[in-house]
Amino acid sequence: MDFSDNRPNPDELLASIIHEEEKSKRGKLKIFFGMCAGVGKTYTMLQAARVEKLKGCDIIIGYIETHKRKETEALVEGLEVIERSRYDYKSTAVMEMDLDAIIIRNPQIVLVDELAHTNAPGSRHLKRFQDVQELLENGINVYTTVNVQHLESRSETVAQITGVTVRETIPDEIFENADEVELVDLSPDELLQRLSEGKVYAPERSREAIMNFFRKGNITALREMALRIVAERVDKQLHDYMQQKQIRGPWKSGLHLLVAIDYKIESMRLLRWAKNLAYSMGANIQAVYVETAHHLSIKEDEQLNKNINLAKQLGIKFRIVTNNDIVSAIVDFAQKENASHIIVGKPRVRNLLSMLRLGNFVNRLIRYSGNIDVYILGSDNQAKGRYRERFYVPSFTSSLREYMTVVGLIFLTSVICYLVRDFIGYQIVSFGLLFLVSILAIFLGSGPIFIAAALSALIWDYFFIPPQFTLHVGKPEDLLMLIMFFIIALLNGILTSRVRRQEQKIRVREERTHALYQLTKELNTASGMEEVSQIAMKYVRKYFSIDSAIILKTDLNQLDSQVQQGGVINLSENDYSVANWVFKNSIPAGKYTNTLPSNVYTFYPMSGNKGNMGVIAVDQPGVFTQGEEQFWEACLSQISGKYEREFLRNAAKNTYIVSESEKLYKTLFNSISHELRIPVATILGASDTLLSQNYPEDTRRKLYNEISIASIRLNRLIENLLNMSRLESGHITPRPDWCDVHDLTNTVADTLQMELKPFKFSAIIPADMPLVLIDFGLIEQVLHNLILNATQIAPAGSMIRLKLFYDNGLLNIHLMDRGPGFNPSELNFVFDKFYRGKDAKAGGTGLGLSIVKGFVAAQEGVIIAENRVNGGAKFIIKIPVKIQNLNQHLKNEDL
Amino acid sequence: MTNAETILIIDDEVQIRRLLEITLSANGYKISEASTGKDGLIHAATTHPVLIILDLGLPDADGIEILKKLREWYLKPIIILSVRNSEEDIIHALDNGANDYLTKPFRTGELLARIRVAIRQSQGTSDDPILTFGSLTIDLASHTVRKKNEILKLTSTEFSLLALLAKNEGRVLTHQFILKEIWGMGYLEQTQYLRVFMAQLRKKVEDDPAKPTLLNTESGIGYRFGG
Repeated sequence: MDFSDNRPNPDELLASIIHEEEKSKRGKLKIFFGMCAGVGKTYTMLQAARVEKLKGCDIIIGYIETHKRKETEALVEGLEVIERSRYDYKSTAVMEMDLDAIIIRNPQIVLVDELAHTNAPGSRHLKRFQDVQELLENGINVYTTVNVQHLESRSETVAQITGVTVRETIPDEIFENADEVELVDLSPDELLQRLSEGKVYAPERSREAIMNFFRKGNITALREMALRIVAERVDKQLHDYMQQKQIRGPWKSGLHLLVAIDYKIESMRLLRWAKNLAYSMGANIQAVYVETAHHLSIKEDEQLNKNINLAKQLGIKFRIVTNNDIVSAIVDFAQKENASHIIVGKPRVRNLLSMLRLGNFVNRLIRYSGNIDVYILGSDNQAKGRYRERFYVPSFTSSLREYMTVVGLIFLTSVICYLVRDFIGYQIVSFGLLFLVSILAIFLGSGPIFIAAALSALIWDYFFIPPQFTLHVGKPEDLLMLIMFFIIALLNGILTSRVRRQEQKIRVREERTHALYQLTKELNTASGMEEVSQIAMKYVRKYFSIDSAIILKTDLNQLDSQVQQGGVINLSENDYSVANWVFKNSIPAGKYTNTLPSNVYTFYPMSGNKGNMGVIAVDQPGVFTQGEEQFWEACLSQISGKYEREFLRNAAKNTYIVSESEKLYKTLFNSISHELRIPVATILGASDTLLSQNYPEDTRRKLYNEISIASIRLNRLIENLLNMSRLESGHITPRPDWCDVHDLTNTVADTLQMELKPFKFSAIIPADMPLVLIDFGLIEQVLHNLILNATQIAPAGSMIRLKLFYDNGLLNIHLMDRGPGFNPSELNFVFDKFYRGKDAKAGGTGLGLSIVKGFVAAQEGVIIAENRVNGGAKFIIKIPVKIQNLNQHLKNEDL
Repeated sequence: MTNAETILIIDDEVQIRRLLEITLSANGYKISEASTGKDGLIHAATTHPVLIILDLGLPDADGIEILKKLREWYLKPIIILSVRNSEEDIIHALDNGANDYLTKPFRTGELLARIRVAIRQSQGTSDDPILTFGSLTIDLASHTVRKKNEILKLTSTEFSLLALLAKNEGRVLTHQFILKEIWGMGYLEQTQYLRVFMAQLRKKVEDDPAKPTLLNTESGIGYRFGG
């Protein structure tokens, strides 16, 4: 092996770091692990709890089963116990652990006995280990107990040893990921003694069964198993530790097991075995199922789903590939995934044919697998009789119409052949019928083809082969031909329909790939959450024929309280809490899942790379088949990915806005601090002078005047700033009212009396000017700023002209001066915030014109700046307005 | 100045109170000060002010609430002096019984003028049916208006409008108030009538309609006669 192979793989290292990080947020799980009931797990757990309690730890009991043992009950005393909640199930009350009460109580450590327990119907989760996982998610540490037979991968071995089937199991993953495992060990003799003293509780079984279970041989075997599991765990921990600390050593990693499963019950054993192997080898493991043209019966389909679920429960990655050649499919996949070992089951040999097939399968697998090791696991006695391998049974699931068509066409063809039999001879007739059967096979199922083959053979025999009208065949070669006819017809039909089925499967796959492509394409063109949601729901409806509703997360990373628009499903308050749970725990819940299965809808998390984007609720009519589920997951990941991109885009946009506003803030600061200081300095200076000395009346007057001017300047700045912030915050809502524009110009001219004094100011308004519907205050401010601007720029004594008129739905305001005008290069910037003309005199913040633009825009108007032909600046404002004619009202007036 | 008239200032800003105290005492008023709404109400009851200057942004209560409480029994003028300068705030205060409204910053000269007008109005409800403003004479009894001794031809609505404003000389009348008084409750939204008649009236009454001295516009709020 190359030296570099021995070094820790960076991805693995990263994974282990992430794992550590996730673990630190999660609560820690400590398992008290024993070989069987009666070794004192609960007792040991309680003792540990009391020690923690003495250390000052906040530790409580969530669920403890004392089995009325005095020693155990004594230990419970003094510990806080969360009361169990009651579920009424089929008129009997069942007491279960109160999960929510514990989460609300939020202790440091909670004791939860019997991890493998199955909850009463109506509880949130089917299994207690799911409850525990939720507790861990909430950052609560958990102490729990498990027996070796409850481990999914060991349950079967235990059943083999003891003859007792275990129904309550936990996924191996939970055990593997536990932070601490404490083995509670007892020698078999001691255990047996405790049993005889009646100190061991066992589920209510017959005494015989108990005695059967607690045999010394059994106990020893279980003990060995438990010890080995813990030892392997220690080994693995060492490996992890070495990897994490980058200690070089004989790395076991690099081993990669691929287990090929099928739709038979034996696969379950295969999976468990492979998992154990992988665990002790420290290898990765993956499972694959090869989908062929073989049509699965309902039973087989069910078994396949069970196998797949088991794989998932065991924490084995799973994939489906489609290929008619199982061997090449497995080998291809193994090579692609860099598998080091292939594990397959050995089909039972029943007869010559299956022996040949097996030999062929195994030989080919070994031949093609190259340097990949192949393990073949022997078949299991237990499964014998449960499964009958079949060679081929045609499915008679086709509709009655297909059968009728077949029969009709065969008869029709036979009649035609019968009429022309003298010209073509009876042998040719067989070709005609054969041809027909082959054609039919392209369109119809195998059942009708079987019928067609049989029927056409019979007809040919009875009506055509001499002697006619008997089933007797005269010549031996005719008999041979009849047999051949039948076989050819049948094979032809079966082969064709097999090809067709394969095609169908491939077509379904292709359709799904295409559908996924369509979805991706449409999602990519969408922008905004709304649109993405619309598309997502549309495609869910289109491809899965189910209604859905989408709830997204908010900026605070919580689930929104509202569904996205267009959701067909109405969610109740209860549904929202389920959705919230799904969002928090990233596990599907609701109908057809293990969590809250009594709900009407199924809820799936939409997981992105960084947490969940939201939850989609669907009104699923049934469990997804394996293919559907893969397709669903693919679609969901596309949708979630798109949402994530949208969220990121929004975040990026917000960051941009923040940085822009920071830039603006700086400019504002520079500009304002100057504008504020000058008048303040003037006021301070002038008032100081006035206070300190007695100046002549004339000087004092001048100083008073300076103070007054500075104050006005300050006030103007404050007004502008306030207006700007009103504009910025979007608080400008025009309140249009009927306005006589004369009023407008008069008011502005009045307030700017002082400033306009040195100029020749004129306001020109046509005589037939109607009343206009505008916001008086805003337009007044606009005119005020524009005129003030002109008075600051234009030379004293020049003309400032204001023209107002109404034209074609628009109020036009023109303001003209004879100042220096604009530098042509700056025409585009004059309305920008803080922009100040290159030749501007000292003073001014560059806010005035941007406020003008803002106020005009608030009334849906536009403003243009331009230079006048003979010098000077011109502003043109156009605002859409409603009007009322003055004169009309005057005519109505009673004189 | 023994029997000088007392003006109550309710404002939490010391500097404003000081400025007002200096300015108003220099003009012969006696000053009573309160920095909270609660104190203001007590002072109003104990010092018998002829006029109250009320700030809207008080530390313990909204000025409008104080205004409403004062108006339950206090009939003399109240002038609002506030930094709130939105039209809504001003109209709201006027509708709740304020006689006048000035926004900070303000010109002391203007404040003094408003105070004088308000006090005069509250005292001088003379029975004289003839009101005179410079060259303009309004005879409320005979419904005639003369300018430079010439009778002006006014329509009945124009006369009612002019008379309403003139009787409330110096005081801001909101658009709504005028519409209600002249046209009735059903016309509160019909501001266009008001604009038309006001423009018409200015042409007849004012010396220069472009620079009105009697019929003044208060932007976005209403009209004020003279002042």
